[in-house]
Amino acid sequence: MNPPDTLTAPQTTRPQTTIVNDLSIEAATVNGTGSQSANNILAKSFFRMGIPMSAKNLFPSNIQGLPTWFTIRVSKHGYTARKKELDWLIGMNPTTWEKDVAGLRPGAVVMWNSNELPDAPVKARGDLIAYPIPMADCLKSVAADAKLKKMLINMVYVGAVAHLLGMEEEVVLKAISDQFRNKQKAAEINVAAMRTGVDYAKASLPKADPYRVERMNANGNKILIEGNTISALGCLMGGATVMGWYPITPSSSLAEVLISLAKKHRVDAATGNIRFADVQCEDELASLGLVLGAGWAGARSMTTTAGPGISLMNEFVGLGYYAEIPAVIFDVQRVGPSTGLPTRTAQGDVTAAAFCSHGDTEHLVFHPCSPEECYEFARISFDYSERYQTPVFVLLDLDLGMNFWMCEPPQYTNEAFQRGKVMTPAKLDEIKAAGKKWGRYLDMDGDGIPWRTLPGNPHPDAAYFTRGSGHDEYARYSEDPDVFRRNLERLKKKIEGSRATLPQPILDAMPGAKVGILAYGSTNNAMREARDQLAAAGVKSDYLRIRATPLATDVLEKFFREHDRVYVVEQNRDGQMELMIRQVLRTPGAVDKIRPVRHFTGFPVDARTISDGVLAGEAKR
Amino acid sequence: MNTAVTEKTNRAGFKLSDYQGLPSTLCKGCGHDNITRNIVQAYFELGIEPFNVVKTSGIGCSSKTPAYFVHRGYGMNSVHGRMPSVSVGAKLANHHLQVIGVSGDGDTASIGMGQFCHLIRRNVDMVYVVENNGVYGLTKGQFSATSERGAKSKVGEVNEFTDIDLCALTITLGGTFVARGFSNDAKQMGVLVKAAVAHRGTAMLDVVSPCVTFNNHEGSTKSIHYVMEHDIKLNELGFVAPWEQPAAEVKPGEAIEIPLPDGSHLIVRGVGNQHDPHDKFGALQLLEESRKKGEILTGLIYIAEKERDFNTALRVINPKTMAQMDEADCRPPKEAFDKYLNGFR
Repeated sequence: MNPPDTLTAPQTTRPQTTIVNDLSIEAATVNGTGSQSANNILAKSFFRMGIPMSAKNLFPSNIQGLPTWFTIRVSKHGYTARKKELDWLIGMNPTTWEKDVAGLRPGAVVMWNSNELPDAPVKARGDLIAYPIPMADCLKSVAADAKLKKMLINMVYVGAVAHLLGMEEEVVLKAISDQFRNKQKAAEINVAAMRTGVDYAKASLPKADPYRVERMNANGNKILIEGNTISALGCLMGGATVMGWYPITPSSSLAEVLISLAKKHRVDAATGNIRFADVQCEDELASLGLVLGAGWAGARSMTTTAGPGISLMNEFVGLGYYAEIPAVIFDVQRVGPSTGLPTRTAQGDVTAAAFCSHGDTEHLVFHPCSPEECYEFARISFDYSERYQTPVFVLLDLDLGMNFWMCEPPQYTNEAFQRGKVMTPAKLDEIKAAGKKWGRYLDMDGDGIPWRTLPGNPHPDAAYFTRGSGHDEYARYSEDPDVFRRNLERLKKKIEGSRATLPQPILDAMPGAKVGILAYGSTNNAMREARDQLAAAGVKSDYLRIRATPLATDVLEKFFREHDRVYVVEQNRDGQMELMIRQVLRTPGAVDKIRPVRHFTGFPVDARTISDGVLAGEAKR
Repeated sequence: MNTAVTEKTNRAGFKLSDYQGLPSTLCKGCGHDNITRNIVQAYFELGIEPFNVVKTSGIGCSSKTPAYFVHRGYGMNSVHGRMPSVSVGAKLANHHLQVIGVSGDGDTASIGMGQFCHLIRRNVDMVYVVENNGVYGLTKGQFSATSERGAKSKVGEVNEFTDIDLCALTITLGGTFVARGFSNDAKQMGVLVKAAVAHRGTAMLDVVSPCVTFNNHEGSTKSIHYVMEHDIKLNELGFVAPWEQPAAEVKPGEAIEIPLPDGSHLIVRGVGNQHDPHDKFGALQLLEESRKKGEILTGLIYIAEKERDFNTALRVINPKTMAQMDEADCRPPKEAFDKYLNGFR
């Protein structure tokens, strides 16, 4: 092994400036080696120092042994999207080591476990700031057992990074004790391991990089949470009582968190009975079948899945649409088609969700962009599904669902559930007294939304027969062409009505902008940074964020009228949202203003990809 | 109108017509219509409140039948082979509902085999009727997976593959109520339907129900004639409702009396055998032996009436149903909500 001092001296010109609270740091580790807790501690420490940040776990479809990367972005500007270029690599994985080093930009920092990884790749580069640490040696005084050492080794870089960046010690210690809550011994030994990193850095790694972190207190009351987790809380508050689901990455944690919440908050202390039914089903078909059965019988029911599950659910979604049954479907999108990249992110199910099923359908789809919206849309999706008596989709993606984002904690709500048009026996009596007749699929209010009864309603007029085959206003089997057409048109009318009631697009304007940008979902996280980059390059932009489909047509038309070019930014290849936008635009010339910016690598979109895409388009005109 | 006034009511105050449905649109003489009649009669006699009846089905001739019984109940004709999951959902939403699912052999033994198996292993409290005719009727006569090897189709094709015995399958899956009936034997089926309703768990009724249009010819193993010739009764059955007195005292050794959770009793008298329907191995052996002999064994084949049902296992048994849960039932108090979020700081 080379003595560290030959490497710690920077091989590039030492930067004169200090960069405060602005770096992207990545730990390249092996899946299943306990690096997650070390990385969480690091992430939490930055967060608790009040510095805006985000943390992403880039992991393989594997349980143990394959490479995994954990990236923390710290940004005083509040930029939380993936940064295209890394500032600081922590090398822990021999199999990716050479490639990891090769991918660094000149002048980047590289810290590594020199007991296990060779120095050669770093030396060969010659343009990196090098911090080799013999991590196994460092741990000699802390643990003798090889297995224990392996579990602690990641804590060594936590200490070294903390020291070199000037992180607050108490914050790191608190993060460790929180991570190992109720496991004091584990906390102690992790602290000891972390300290060996600090000591080694103090003694052997003279500061050679420009990065520093300082307390900012910019995070206020914020929490650091994954989209799936906070969606689960939204479901709890939204009154979900039945869930059928099938495990699939990246959605499983949504279901699992909800189950754990229900075990805590929905169990009757006296009887042990639970006010939440969850069934891990045999497949996604059964999941949605169960959800529809429950929704039909009056429960607020939901499922969680990803693209492959959506493919399987198509037939049942059609039944839900046509027989008018409430259901909430969470789709945490991953990369398709087929198995695709199960642990990578995409916005690839936009049309698959919106038009799920054979035949003519359209469904209500929410596109949350942040944990705040994950919570809110999860909560209100149940209101929408019952109000419109139809399956409703909430589309997250892996980036939003499984990565850590800062957000304002949601406010507790006392808002009443909106249970939609449910006929009670008394209401049926009223209708009868008024000389009218109720029909399950009869449009009594002119909004296309019929009234439903629930099984168990004892009124003599209440029962009806639900079917996915042709039916008339009174739920009678019918093959009559006029009846069929009438029914399908009413369904269209019903869904059309949701354009105005769904969460409307949000406009973020810059005075004088001629360029419009349209985006939705997790792309939003890169948008402020991208627009700042554009502004710096002389391109002012207005940004309209779509939050749900069916699209708010009027808002879109206005946006297109007011801009010369509209860039539609999506994390899919084919412009799925663009397709839907084109479908609704009526203003002559509007569709000609569309300029697509599409990103589909499986990695979350970064700001530079967006700004480069827009700049390229602007250069062309 | 006069007939309505004089029509007899049952214990729950409902008339037989409350348990009837729309006129059947199946072929004249279809075995399924016999099953429908038995369901109507049994539900009427049991005094089940019709508005609490949920009738589920998949796709196929059999799946049309829920429209033909208990019109005051709530029907759900779902998608092919997926009736089990819909039924489970309904039962979780409201466990006071009395669920009866009607399926066919295509629905259960082919496209919906997976859901059927998982329904059985969960032991969801419902009646599951398979109207088994060994043939796809609506698509005009293809073999189904319950068609015996060597059976001839109407157009003369020979089935080359072994049949799936739904009774044996259900037993091996951990089923708790397994019976086989014949659509033309109203007496036996009347008892089986009542016992199936009284059973707490999934009661699987495999009813051989000849298709008079596509599977009633020479060479068919599910024709009316063939089934009548090969129907071997495993037991004589009696059902005593909670409010009824048994016709005669059951003497040990002569018959087995099985108390069911709702207070009713099932009386099982072996026909030329001493089979105790609690005997799982015995049941499987009988099924295999009868299969070898080319017989169709009917009656109560297996029962495990003390097994817990799905809702009980999940603890989804609040008097207030999931469908009735309101904001107070669903939301934790503000303090707990804030405390949870605080854990993410």
